[in-house]
Amino acid sequence: MTQLVSLPNTEAIATARGAASRTPIWRKLLRDPQAVITVSILVVIFAMGILTPIIALHGPNESDLSMVNAPPGTAGYPFGADESGRDIFSRLLHSINTAAIAALLGTGVALAVGVAAGLIGGYFGRVTRASTEWLFSLIMTFPGLLLLIILMPVTGGDYRITMLIFGVLLAPGIYRIVRNLVLGVKNELYVDAARVSGVGTVRILGRHVLTVVRGPIIIAAAFMGGSTIAVQSGLAFLGVGSLAIPSFGSMIASGFRNLYIAPTQFLWPSLLLGLITASLVLLGNSLRDAFEGSKPKPSKVGAGQRVKDSSNAPAEPAPGALLTIRDLVIAYPTPSGRLNEVVLGVDLEIAKGEVLGLVGESGSGKSQTAFATLGVLPNEAVITAGSIVFEGRELIGLSDAAMRPLRGKEIAYIPQEPMSNLDPSYRVGSQLVEGLRAALPISKKEAKSRVLALLERCGINDPARTFDSYPHQISGGMAQRVLIAGAVASRPKLLIADEPTTALDVTVQAEILDLLRDLQTELDMAVLIVTHNFGVVADLCDRIAVMRQGKIVESGSADEVFHDPQHEYTKALLGAILDEATYRTDPPAQLQAQGGIA
Amino acid sequence: MTLLDIRDLRVAFPGRGFRAAPVEVLHGVSLQVAQGETLGLVGESGSGKTTIGRAVLGLVGPSGGTIHFEGREISGLQGRKRRGLSDDIQVVFQDPYSSLNPSMTIGDTLAEPLVTQGATQRDARARVRGLLDQVGLPSDAVERLPREFSGGQRQRVAIARALGPKPKLIVCDEPVSALDLTTQTLVMDLLVDIQRQTGVAYLFISHDLTVIRHISHRVAVLYRGDLVETGPAVDVTSRPQHSYTKTLLMAAPVADPGEQRRRRLERKAATALAVK
Repeated sequence: MTQLVSLPNTEAIATARGAASRTPIWRKLLRDPQAVITVSILVVIFAMGILTPIIALHGPNESDLSMVNAPPGTAGYPFGADESGRDIFSRLLHSINTAAIAALLGTGVALAVGVAAGLIGGYFGRVTRASTEWLFSLIMTFPGLLLLIILMPVTGGDYRITMLIFGVLLAPGIYRIVRNLVLGVKNELYVDAARVSGVGTVRILGRHVLTVVRGPIIIAAAFMGGSTIAVQSGLAFLGVGSLAIPSFGSMIASGFRNLYIAPTQFLWPSLLLGLITASLVLLGNSLRDAFEGSKPKPSKVGAGQRVKDSSNAPAEPAPGALLTIRDLVIAYPTPSGRLNEVVLGVDLEIAKGEVLGLVGESGSGKSQTAFATLGVLPNEAVITAGSIVFEGRELIGLSDAAMRPLRGKEIAYIPQEPMSNLDPSYRVGSQLVEGLRAALPISKKEAKSRVLALLERCGINDPARTFDSYPHQISGGMAQRVLIAGAVASRPKLLIADEPTTALDVTVQAEILDLLRDLQTELDMAVLIVTHNFGVVADLCDRIAVMRQGKIVESGSADEVFHDPQHEYTKALLGAILDEATYRTDPPAQLQAQGGIA
Repeated sequence: MTLLDIRDLRVAFPGRGFRAAPVEVLHGVSLQVAQGETLGLVGESGSGKTTIGRAVLGLVGPSGGTIHFEGREISGLQGRKRRGLSDDIQVVFQDPYSSLNPSMTIGDTLAEPLVTQGATQRDARARVRGLLDQVGLPSDAVERLPREFSGGQRQRVAIARALGPKPKLIVCDEPVSALDLTTQTLVMDLLVDIQRQTGVAYLFISHDLTVIRHISHRVAVLYRGDLVETGPAVDVTSRPQHSYTKTLLMAAPVADPGEQRRRRLERKAATALAVK
């Protein structure tokens, strides 16, 4: 292989920035007051449960007939006594333990069964998946509470066995979560790489798959703990099971019977039960935020792009310029709240009917510049300075409503991924007609005939058939033709194309480039092409602007930049292009002596 | 000496829907890769090039034909026997983002195949440092997570992982397609250097004829599940025989406005001729 041009190493070694963002889960939870409060409540309650033998004043079923319905505050009976003369305080403490055991058994069984079956059902082939699927669907059809009551003779009224069965009934929920996550992870390339490396199935499941599903399982466990306690109490309230076991349910039932005689008897167990289940559910929510990250703030619809300082005077457009961008600065907020500038003062000009190529590597800010012109920057982005003037109008600071007459009509857009820019649930034709009618005041029929003509113009052989197709029925190249047809339908003055051929095969790319060139000449449009491919630039562009790290380092006519690059970076980029005359000439390498590598 | 010998390989995927006929994506492909050689496999999307790589790796089962590695039939191997091949055949995937487990440190990712092969933790650690050095990454990368690295660096990690078990063949599935131009050349230089040092063979899969031309000794062109042309890189990429290879060559834009204009006219003339 001939010596390739030596290049400045653009792969900067990773900065310490990444290390700072690696926050452990427990630390995130510590910052969340909801998590701290609910965990504290649960710890205090269950610690009291553990300490029951020490702090309880009476046994759970120790009754004293002289204390029947004793009021709160009686000596030795802080919360009073119930209808059988049993101490309510002691019974509450014992009930905490009943609830804890119920939650551990139910959740434990649900997790063990659900996770194991989910991993197996998700990872292995069709037959295994179909049979586990069938089994768990069957379990889901059982009416849970009813089944637990009917099975009372089998369980002998022992709530622990009841909770084990309830755990199995809860398992399908966990199974579904795990199976879906595993199905997603299974096709990740790193799982394939592990298989190629000879890692065994059990290890892959444990190491690569289980780590991904861990978070959602912990969240689900918190919710399930709450629901097992509630179900156990519900059953006890109905009087199902042994009456000797103290539990919130039986205490509430007893308090209910005495509601008119001693209203507070009903209050204590209900409060405690409510506190425990509510804490578990709220803790589950906090866990979800910590594991999955809280949702970003909903954006204000219609406000347009965020602008920090709109007092800038609009740029003085050069004579003949259609679009003038002056000193554009775009920034994104960092987690610490500071603004991180990704575009640092870009100046661009496009004349009427001119094709400008904006070239740069990933992260150079070329797409951000194009998006700002269209007014479609992401919600977090802030334009901190600069001016974008289109036909004498300042675009920065315009609301969506003010931008709408321009977008699609005067300024059109072709995306990189044609498929994700077509709505899969509508026919191709109706999407084009809708777009056209939004831009021009014409009837549906007229729009349809125009769209058909355009599709034909854009090289689609059977326009009527494509018009009636759904996006998944057409190929990627065809989809890009459809989008180009949609973009030029309103005869825009400026077409912005963001890597229009990157996702396409090279033979299709050639056809799309031909189409773009023909349409550009025909409609005399100005085109801004954002790309990293110098071949595309050489094919289409009149002028080139080279971007690097948010700045334009060089611009000029295509011939100048290709044949006489001025900036070091442009030279490096052009030098990195693999030319067509160099072939690999060295012979196949000899295998080194055994164990020769490194 | 032939290292990998694929004969009349056919692969079919089950059709969608109940009792749908299977869809055949490879219709009998034969390929050979010699020791220390790079075979470039070029084709467009849907041509089946990735499927050939996955069949060699044992990730898809062939429906016909044979794959021999060092004279041993490997296409139907399962479980333990297949895992035994992992010292010899390794892979570098296209997407440097999803080919590394986001929750494992670089050190763990690199050590995993070594430990699986029976190395002790200490030996594995030492070897990992050697591997990082070989692919030009700092040794403190061991403790970091993939998200702290750029695409090019991640691809270096993926190459280091493939080198770990000292393989004789690495299947490179579009290893530079997701990278920037400058990074692309650096990674390709690295691959060539490693080949010269170690004598590993590459089955190099790409859609990009220019990349294939630079790295391959021999080139095979795949079109819709059939091999249309095979030969030395110089011949196939400068004097193509098959019309599809010619189309492919002509469609790639050149980074020179004048030259590209000439090529465009030539291509249009050729299509006009074909239409007649």
